[in-house]
Amino acid sequence: MAILVLAEHDNASLKLDTAKVVACASAIGGDIDILVAGHECGAVVEAAQKLSGVRQVLVADNGAYTHSLAENIAELIVDIASDYEHILAAASSHGKDAFPRVSALLDVAQLSEVVEVVSSDTFVRPVYAGSALATVQSLDDKKVMTVRTSAFDAVGTEGAAGAVAIDKVFDSLSQFVSQTLTESERPELGAASVVVSGGRGMGSGENFAILEQLADKLGGALGASRAAVDAGFVPNDLQVGQTGKIVAPDLYIAVGISGAIQHLAGMKDSKVIVAINKDPEAPIFQIADYGLEADLFEVVPQLIESV
Amino acid sequence: MKVLVPVKRVVDANVKVRVNADNTGVDTANLKMAINPFCEIAVEEAVRLKEAGTASEIVVVTVGPKAAQEQLRTAMALGADRGIHIETDEELVPLSIAKLLLSVQEKEQAELILLGKQSIDGDNNQTGQMLAALAKMPQATFASEVKLEGESLSVTREIDGGLQTVTMPLPAVVTVDLRLNEPRYAKLPNIMKAKRKPLETVSIDDLGVSLKSHQKTLKVSPPSERQAGVMVSSVAELVEKLKNEAKVI
Repeated sequence: MAILVLAEHDNASLKLDTAKVVACASAIGGDIDILVAGHECGAVVEAAQKLSGVRQVLVADNGAYTHSLAENIAELIVDIASDYEHILAAASSHGKDAFPRVSALLDVAQLSEVVEVVSSDTFVRPVYAGSALATVQSLDDKKVMTVRTSAFDAVGTEGAAGAVAIDKVFDSLSQFVSQTLTESERPELGAASVVVSGGRGMGSGENFAILEQLADKLGGALGASRAAVDAGFVPNDLQVGQTGKIVAPDLYIAVGISGAIQHLAGMKDSKVIVAINKDPEAPIFQIADYGLEADLFEVVPQLIESV
Repeated sequence: MKVLVPVKRVVDANVKVRVNADNTGVDTANLKMAINPFCEIAVEEAVRLKEAGTASEIVVVTVGPKAAQEQLRTAMALGADRGIHIETDEELVPLSIAKLLLSVQEKEQAELILLGKQSIDGDNNQTGQMLAALAKMPQATFASEVKLEGESLSVTREIDGGLQTVTMPLPAVVTVDLRLNEPRYAKLPNIMKAKRKPLETVSIDDLGVSLKSHQKTLKVSPPSERQAGVMVSSVAELVEKLKNEAKVI
């Protein structure tokens, strides 16, 4: 049977997340089709066609799909679902928004944030903020799931799949009004190989400037703990943790972050973790590969100088 | 406007849970339980809507064991008017919970259903969206601002990369994010008053909902433990180790 993967994109470019979901689909095994639902998204379709292991790209290009609202995207997926046994999306804000709707309309349970494929009906997913891993067997005829992209390596781009247009248009019950996206030159948090994160210890939003300098020096992304977001130091989309982004970069530098369970849930699969904190009892030191007990305002500028 | 707020009893957010010895689940015996933090934010938002004169009645509902009535009482102490307890000792998947909530909604005909975006135990982030689908209602997930503008609801959502604003007709389902509000503490007189508020208990059979078996948990295992590494004494030593030992910069 075949697998459908919902493409993650912004109408201009295909997100790396999609290549990671395709990797999960490859681990399940079967013909893989990608659905690109958007508007004037030709570049996205071209990029999806190049992903290795893809059979074909289904293209629903219509103004109704511009902002990826859950209600009509879900109906579109349900409309073509009969051809597929597995239906996958990244556990991004789009995937999390639309897929439970798809599941309910198909009357099947969903598997959220899958991190490992055991077999075509059995998957591993974290629960309790990553404090436990549940191996779950789906008894439903269709497996609808979201994939934790940090757990999979992106497939290559040696493919040459064909593209097929879908003409059906569904209208959304809710209407898009506006959006404000955080402008940044830095790599995307989920895709960066280095992440520099700050917590309450940063003291203010202005002080995040030194972390930005460090991130730029290392070619990394900027992250934050919930405390830093709640205090208004940085926007919420930088939050790393159970309810924010889940990252697993090569290097994660936690600055002024104590290491609450909810934060660790978002970064403890990083390859190397560095903690800079003046509190020697901070729980972050229990999982850090390298810990430096020091005042961040003294050592971060030194670190910027020496890397 | 009547508001329906589903809430869930979960292990307190500050408790570190452990997987049990036979790898069938996590040990929740004798752990501190609480109302799921996201549900608390949903209750708070409903109470604020009532204080603003927008909401007329707040009904809280939960699906779970007898002890979950504590969380309904907590929600009533925070300002909900009455509670509905769907009593079951079974662990249900979000789809089954959504079906039970749908049956409550069909009876209550609430115009706004406010839920937390996810429970911190299952981490599914599904129930609100599923309920919206089953009830054929529009949905606004991960809300950080909710405003009623005439007949339509305007919601600002936390999305990857920033914020998005959508509008929708009522009735609608909204799931709330952390940034929506800061829940209040229940005052003692309100806790006392909450004990006298109406709480109706129903069974799954009473609701006439038939549930399917969807998933089987084969095993629950602890994640691989990360060991503490080394403490370095200076920035120079840290950089040296990152360059030569870890080779990440």
